[in-house]
Amino acid sequence: MLTLQFIPYTEISSLSSEKKIQRLLKVVREDKIVLIEGKLGSSEKSELIRKTMEEIDDRFKGIEIEELDLDKKDRAFTDKIRTAFINFILGSRRGLTIIGPASIIKEIKKDPDKILLFTEDTKKKKKK
Amino acid sequence: MGLFTNFLRKFLKNLFKTKGEVKLGLYGPPNGGKTTLANKIAMDWIGEEVGKVSGIPHETREIQIKEQITIKSKKSKGKELTFNLVDTPGIATKIDYEDFLKAGLKEKEAKTRAKEATKGVVDAIKWLDDMDAVVVVLDSTKDPYSQVNITIIGNLEARKIPVLVVGNKIDLKKSDVKKVQAAFPQYDVIGISAKYGKNIDEFYEALFKVTNK
Repeated sequence: MLTLQFIPYTEISSLSSEKKIQRLLKVVREDKIVLIEGKLGSSEKSELIRKTMEEIDDRFKGIEIEELDLDKKDRAFTDKIRTAFINFILGSRRGLTIIGPASIIKEIKKDPDKILLFTEDTKKKKKK
Repeated sequence: MGLFTNFLRKFLKNLFKTKGEVKLGLYGPPNGGKTTLANKIAMDWIGEEVGKVSGIPHETREIQIKEQITIKSKKSKGKELTFNLVDTPGIATKIDYEDFLKAGLKEKEAKTRAKEATKGVVDAIKWLDDMDAVVVVLDSTKDPYSQVNITIIGNLEARKIPVLVVGNKIDLKKSDVKKVQAAFPQYDVIGISAKYGKNIDEFYEALFKVTNK
């Protein structure tokens, strides 16, 4: 059974990057797929990769991650400036991030306005 | 704390840096052709190889450095660039030792390789701060919009490190350099075949630009 856990922006926005990553990895290590409101910064993503690598063992194989941008590309320039200012003050709330354990998620494809998530055939895997 | 450590590292790096010494890093996902390109550069200019190349992912699991490589411009006579070439392990979000079993390795060997590969990724990320310029080597037959690619380039952008994007493997039918250019329009993107040396002169000229020489 696949479990999807939604994490609203407000739940992690006040956390430090380290705590945020700890929280996300904890959920992923419980074999759950996390859907986050908002996007991680590039340094947070590299820290997430680094931390993931440190935790890889025979059971935990790593993560799959993808982001969906909800900003319309044809917005007016003033709108873009306003969004950039809000993002600077409050962090990037717009968009969605999906993170899941690599043992469950085979591949995530962006298409480009939707996310396609392909999971491992666990039944097939168990038969081996 | 992190900001202070970064500042201190950069300060000490600049303090002890030899004049004119440039650290040029090769970054990218596994099997993009970083070591093939490193070998091509080193063979062309100093007649030595940097590391072993194979079809199994994560062949490079340690940072490999070739110091004092001097390249000469074909376009501008007398123009030279000397750098230390840093070949890094491929950055990935997952490493499964079972993939190495499928590639023909024995279990113990596969587990060791997976362990070393995870450490390699950690080291590659740590070394980002030390680079003066970076060539991001991507397999042009693959989707360039991966989170690994976006994360590498985003981190370099945040650190204000100059970037040259290389769409490697243009000798292959499925190669699509235009797609790589569309993914990273803010950077110079050059299509090459590191294996066969295709477009390599344009690549060398681009190195002068990215290192600001």
